[in-house]
Amino acid sequence: MRMDAVSKKTVGKIEKLAESVLRAVKGGGNPFVEIPVRSLANVRFNEKKRVVELGNQRQKRYFFNVAMAKKFMQTFLVSDACKELIESGKTTSIRDLYYITKHTIGDSKQNTFEEQDESDPIIEDIEVALDTLREELHLFASRKGTMVGPITIRDSGDTIDLRRMGSGGWGVPSIVEENVIQFGRHEARYVLLVEKDAVWSRFNEDKFWKRQNAIIIHGGGQPPRGVRRMVQRLHRELGLPVYVLVDNDPWGFYIYSVVKQGSINLAFESMRMAVPDARFIGLSSFDKVTYRLPSNVAIKMDDGDVARAKQMLAYPWFQAKQWQAEIQEMVRSGVKYELEALSRRGISFITEEYLPTKLKEKDWIA
Amino acid sequence: MAAKAAKADRGTRQLELVALANPPPEPEPAAEPRKPKRRATAEEMASRQREISISEFFTKNRHLLGFDNPSKALLTTIKEAVDNSLDACEEAGILPEITIEVRDLGFEGSGELTKGEGRFVVAVEDNGPGIVKAQAPKIFGKLLYGSKFHRLKQSRGQQGIGISAAAMYGQLTTGQPIRVVSRTGKGKPTHSFDIQIDTRKNAPVVNRDETLDDWHQEHGTRVELEIVANWQSGQKFVNRYVEHTALANPHCTVHYLRPKQARLSFPRATGELPKEALEIRPHPHGVELGALMTMAGDSKSRDVRGFLQSSFSRVSAQVAGEIVKNAGLKDRLRPRDIAGDRDLAEKLHKGIQATKIMAPPTNCLSPIGDALMRRGLVSFLSVIETDGPDGEDGQLDLDQVAKKKTRGKGKAAPVPEPAPADAEAEEGVEKIKGHDYFIATVTRPPRVYRGNPFQVEVGLAFGGSWPADKPVELFRFANRVPLLFQRSACGITDAVVKTDWRNYLLSQPKGSLPVGPMALLVHIASVWVPFTSESKEAVAHYPEIIREIQLAAQECGRKLAAHIRKRQHADYQSQRRSIFELYIHEVAEAIGKIVGRSPDPIRREFMKVAEKVTEADLESQDAKLEEAAEKTAKRPRRSEEDE
Repeated sequence: MRMDAVSKKTVGKIEKLAESVLRAVKGGGNPFVEIPVRSLANVRFNEKKRVVELGNQRQKRYFFNVAMAKKFMQTFLVSDACKELIESGKTTSIRDLYYITKHTIGDSKQNTFEEQDESDPIIEDIEVALDTLREELHLFASRKGTMVGPITIRDSGDTIDLRRMGSGGWGVPSIVEENVIQFGRHEARYVLLVEKDAVWSRFNEDKFWKRQNAIIIHGGGQPPRGVRRMVQRLHRELGLPVYVLVDNDPWGFYIYSVVKQGSINLAFESMRMAVPDARFIGLSSFDKVTYRLPSNVAIKMDDGDVARAKQMLAYPWFQAKQWQAEIQEMVRSGVKYELEALSRRGISFITEEYLPTKLKEKDWIA
Repeated sequence: MAAKAAKADRGTRQLELVALANPPPEPEPAAEPRKPKRRATAEEMASRQREISISEFFTKNRHLLGFDNPSKALLTTIKEAVDNSLDACEEAGILPEITIEVRDLGFEGSGELTKGEGRFVVAVEDNGPGIVKAQAPKIFGKLLYGSKFHRLKQSRGQQGIGISAAAMYGQLTTGQPIRVVSRTGKGKPTHSFDIQIDTRKNAPVVNRDETLDDWHQEHGTRVELEIVANWQSGQKFVNRYVEHTALANPHCTVHYLRPKQARLSFPRATGELPKEALEIRPHPHGVELGALMTMAGDSKSRDVRGFLQSSFSRVSAQVAGEIVKNAGLKDRLRPRDIAGDRDLAEKLHKGIQATKIMAPPTNCLSPIGDALMRRGLVSFLSVIETDGPDGEDGQLDLDQVAKKKTRGKGKAAPVPEPAPADAEAEEGVEKIKGHDYFIATVTRPPRVYRGNPFQVEVGLAFGGSWPADKPVELFRFANRVPLLFQRSACGITDAVVKTDWRNYLLSQPKGSLPVGPMALLVHIASVWVPFTSESKEAVAHYPEIIREIQLAAQECGRKLAAHIRKRQHADYQSQRRSIFELYIHEVAEAIGKIVGRSPDPIRREFMKVAEKVTEADLESQDAKLEEAAEKTAKRPRRSEEDE
């Protein structure tokens, strides 16, 4: 099978990595793979670009080091498997990859991987080490996220009208790059990203997208790469503003910040996924007063919530006055609210009153 | 005491307060104590008072000398005879070869081993200098007769009480005399005696006195005693005694013959006699008031200064002058005056304590020595080692070894020459019967307690097949004699327990011996070992001695820790090697596929690097181990805090 240029380049990178190891071993040295560090310590907030970026710290993964040998081996098992996937033109899930590369080592009782938790970070390591994208490695994460709205797209050659998706919506694939998904005709004015499936269903059933000419998308909690990349493309390519609607709790705030600036773990992909102009539309810590939410729909924050909130107060991207006020109010009150709490005011309160009001009053944080 | 008195005082006062608070009840008419009736007059009593012979004393107090019960008596009898033999051989400059024989008379009669108590013959034969005919009766038939009591010299026996006490025990329990065969040299006659003790007079009675035509020993002595003993329960002590004697006397060959079992031999591990122990005069700082008076009485010197110079070590004319000055005595004073006057003697005693006197000579001691202690341990482990000591009572048992050896003739255990160290072997590690033992020995310089020179040695054997989860085996020795009883009352045990072995990577429950696969040997050599009792089973707690044992144990411990660390390192290395080998296969396979080459040459190249994995990596691992050890050492010490 003929490979496209991107695939050729990716395979070339994998081969170069293997060859560098061979050279090191031939020279009698301790072979290593250099991997940018993916931790908070090596992540910084680029004020100008308003995204989270990976720093310059790199970590050498040596083979002749008891603590690193296994990961070194795993790195090449995964690299080899990816090369095979690319060359055969197939794409598979990261779970599948785990099974492909898992086997028992020699006559020992050890497996190459014990859990998928072991192979997933190795994939991310390879992505950053080779400066490639996951889809370039022909891998995808399990699909999570649904979209509906006044737009027609082409997905792998099939034309799909997102105005006719019934109650289920269109599942956002893990890979939404231009070579897979192209945008067609649309009447959308903005994109609304909601935190969860249940709330998305309310908006879909109420035909909110039709009334408002909005694309409505959810990511099932922390949105996966496909959803984030899709939101960014809609924003950049179609010039649509992005509104984020999440629970009023630290986790919800963090989801917003990931959509806006990128995550610590995937900081290397921020440029491809972050939407620095994304607007936080709700649920604000002050909405409980504005929208007269009874205190009995509040949930008491636990110690973990409070600690997490206090941690977020220190994040450079939450230093804006409004954000400090949001978080401090949450800590002060000691309670959090789910989006569903709005249903206390009526089942369609969120689609008919809450969101339209907010939008009209421009009651968001940018 | 004072505190106690104060407490009692407070007690009474409290009682008084109570008494005040509660008005005393009406005093009862106190019963008039009746005047007791005189039962005897002084004269009547005097008629009943008479001298007690030491022999009579013994018959009533035999437990003081180690004859408490038939099992212990068996061991004590053998021990006393062997001590004498070894002392005699060493004094004469003969390499000792000793045969210890236990015969079960019941077994010889009926063919069944005696269960429990019964009649046994114990015989100990040596190739020593022999005994002059005229002396034999007194040596064996009179208590407190000997050459060793009146001098300060490192020897096994001290009081001249042992072998005659054994003879008396035999005589009391079986009525049989002690039988002695002795010859002093080639061409000299061989004498054979039967000697009994007149227990009233503490005097020997010779029942039989013959000259034998021929004897297989050119020179030497054999003593034979018939005693009531318990072999069944006593043999484990004897076994242990024999093993340990061989261990602490590597210059000695021991043969051991037991009922119904094959002969067992511990061949000597060295042909070198220990350094001769020298006799010294007592040191002034060790003398007690009464002894000082007695010594003064015995002195033939004209004045007190002469007495001090001639009777004590380290007293020069100048020092003698200083003592007399410090005591505030006249120069002219005669020793006789001091012997007769307690006040003068006390002044002199104080004068001695107030004077700085050079420590006693210490070249008089004869330690086992580092090298020989190591040889002794190696040869001991070669003979004894089966599956390590049996844990329950901490007694080693020869029987298992013996059973294995029973096939064919009584086989001597081969003494392995210390294995020639090949390049891999670590220093101090000996391979014995397929097990690796780390052996470390330390001989401390001589020190002094109460004017008596002494020297401490510690040896340890770590690893091999000793159980790793049991307390270490502690072997105590005093002047090369194994101490088998009263372990917990012994100063040696105390010193070992108070040493913080956690510093040396062993675990140690509070106030106990450390736990680990280890045997620890502690030897005290001294001109006068301070035992807690006449049965010589435990060493008294002199701080100077405890401290020396601890210092020696610590020194050994440091060597041990280095070894354990090295071993951990080696474990780590082999573990690492195997991890690498495991993964190399996978990595070579994967990389081979990526670059489109055969995995085999890739694997070989990885293996080449694995052989010489970077030194830097090893060093950093060493540093980590070192750090861990230091952390252990930094934990609060409890040695001193406990007391």
